[in-house]
Amino acid sequence: MIRTYALLAWTWTRAAAQYPVSFALMTAGGVVVGGLDIAAIWVIFANTGTLAGFGLTEVMFLYGASQLAFALADLLFGNLDRISRHIVSGTLDVMLIRPAAPFVQVASDRFTPHRIGRSIQAGAVLAVGLSRLDVPLGRVWMVPVMVVSGVVIFAALFTLGGALQFLLTAAPEVANAFTYGGATLTQYPLSVYDPRIVRGLTFGLPLAFVNWQPGLYVLGRPDPLGLPSWTGLLSPAAALALAAVAALAWRAGIRRYRSTGS
Amino acid sequence: MTVIPGHGAAVSLYPRLAWYGFRRHATYWAAALAGAFTNTVFGVLRAYVLIALWQARPGLGGYDAADAVTFTFLTQAFIGPMQLFGGGLDLPERIRTGDVALDLVRPASLQLWCLSEDLGRAVYLFVVRGGPPTLVGALLFGIVAPHAPAAFFLSVALGVVVSFAWRYIVALATCWVMDDRGLAVLSMVLTTFFSGLMLPLTIFPGWFGDLSRALPWSAMAQVPADVYLGTADPARALGFQALWAAVLLALGALMTGAARRKVVIQGG
Repeated sequence: MIRTYALLAWTWTRAAAQYPVSFALMTAGGVVVGGLDIAAIWVIFANTGTLAGFGLTEVMFLYGASQLAFALADLLFGNLDRISRHIVSGTLDVMLIRPAAPFVQVASDRFTPHRIGRSIQAGAVLAVGLSRLDVPLGRVWMVPVMVVSGVVIFAALFTLGGALQFLLTAAPEVANAFTYGGATLTQYPLSVYDPRIVRGLTFGLPLAFVNWQPGLYVLGRPDPLGLPSWTGLLSPAAALALAAVAALAWRAGIRRYRSTGS
Repeated sequence: MTVIPGHGAAVSLYPRLAWYGFRRHATYWAAALAGAFTNTVFGVLRAYVLIALWQARPGLGGYDAADAVTFTFLTQAFIGPMQLFGGGLDLPERIRTGDVALDLVRPASLQLWCLSEDLGRAVYLFVVRGGPPTLVGALLFGIVAPHAPAAFFLSVALGVVVSFAWRYIVALATCWVMDDRGLAVLSMVLTTFFSGLMLPLTIFPGWFGDLSRALPWSAMAQVPADVYLGTADPARALGFQALWAAVLLALGALMTGAARRKVVIQGG
């Protein structure tokens, strides 16, 4: 499965490399679009010292961690949100009869390597945030763990969004509210939101495990809702649980799919 | 001389095009509602961030917290009608395929043709994509009532014209720049940031704030929202929008002329 994915993604990468100027410009575009978020954060902190109890470097750390995870998930699995187009145009039928998993084919179709621009921008913000934070070595190992867990959580969201499109072929944008919405939600410390929403994101849709709970652990800060400090260590478990749900939903969607036949 | 009903006077052409633009977008009502849903969800997220900021700095930028929340949902409601993420015109696609040659020889102004269709589109999206975020914002957080409703609707209309004039320039630039995607990204960056969609321009610091409020993009979201909230003098606000509409439309008209001279129609 991974080999098939890598082969298909590499094919699209070589295709994109045929237009090096376009590729460079689109990658730079990704950096600039991500830079807008940072400009917004800069404007906010030009007006205030703390936002919901968090300072500029802490917000940069939280932003960088979640956006790096999202950008990597978007690079690898973001094209799952094109599945409604495959259903409408009939290309999904072609994928179903090929000897490769439809999930891999949909995810790698039109693989867009210039999305790496967003990852570079987010990674840079994360690095700057971390370097100014003075995190003890005993807790810094959690940073790569939280980024990988975040990638899995966002990939599961893209999968769930794709599965949803089997039902909502005419309105694929609904899925954006969950994928891109999840990315926007985790840009700022969750303490800005209503505690009821944060509880929902902890015990329901586990977006709190992208950067909030593990981030509190890394920063050594108590949870405003009173959860114990080891809650953040549960990120990989939360990510795997959501991935399992997403896999079931995807399989149900594929099984339920009926081609128009023409 | 007989006049074929409905095909006669040129005066009726542009209203007719506006009506077609309206009907065409009304066909895709499910997509519009899905867009409204997404705009609403993002509105809720933005509102919480702004509430946290206004808790730290009450009265910031001349708004209170209720104004800031109202501003958020209004600007989310503008995304559809003002096409703040760009697009909405068929023009780049028609330039790439060469169909634009046909548009340029029609005995009607290409710019007014596109403007009419775009106004029809904007009216439909104002209702379908503007209504739900505003309603949900009012129900969840409570939003303030419009200060001067008539001036507000006029300001929205002028905002759509400025937005169209800008998108028309970007679209027509495809005639000279071969890759329209780069232009689209650049336009989206400028519009989302300088329209007030990300944060109110009133809280941008110093000369950067003054500059951002003088640029044309502020006419697309910041100015109509200020007219709604009563934080801007309506007459000055409408004058500002009308000025930018005139400047950008004139620039677009000049570019249309240049494009007409540039285009080479291959016989065959």
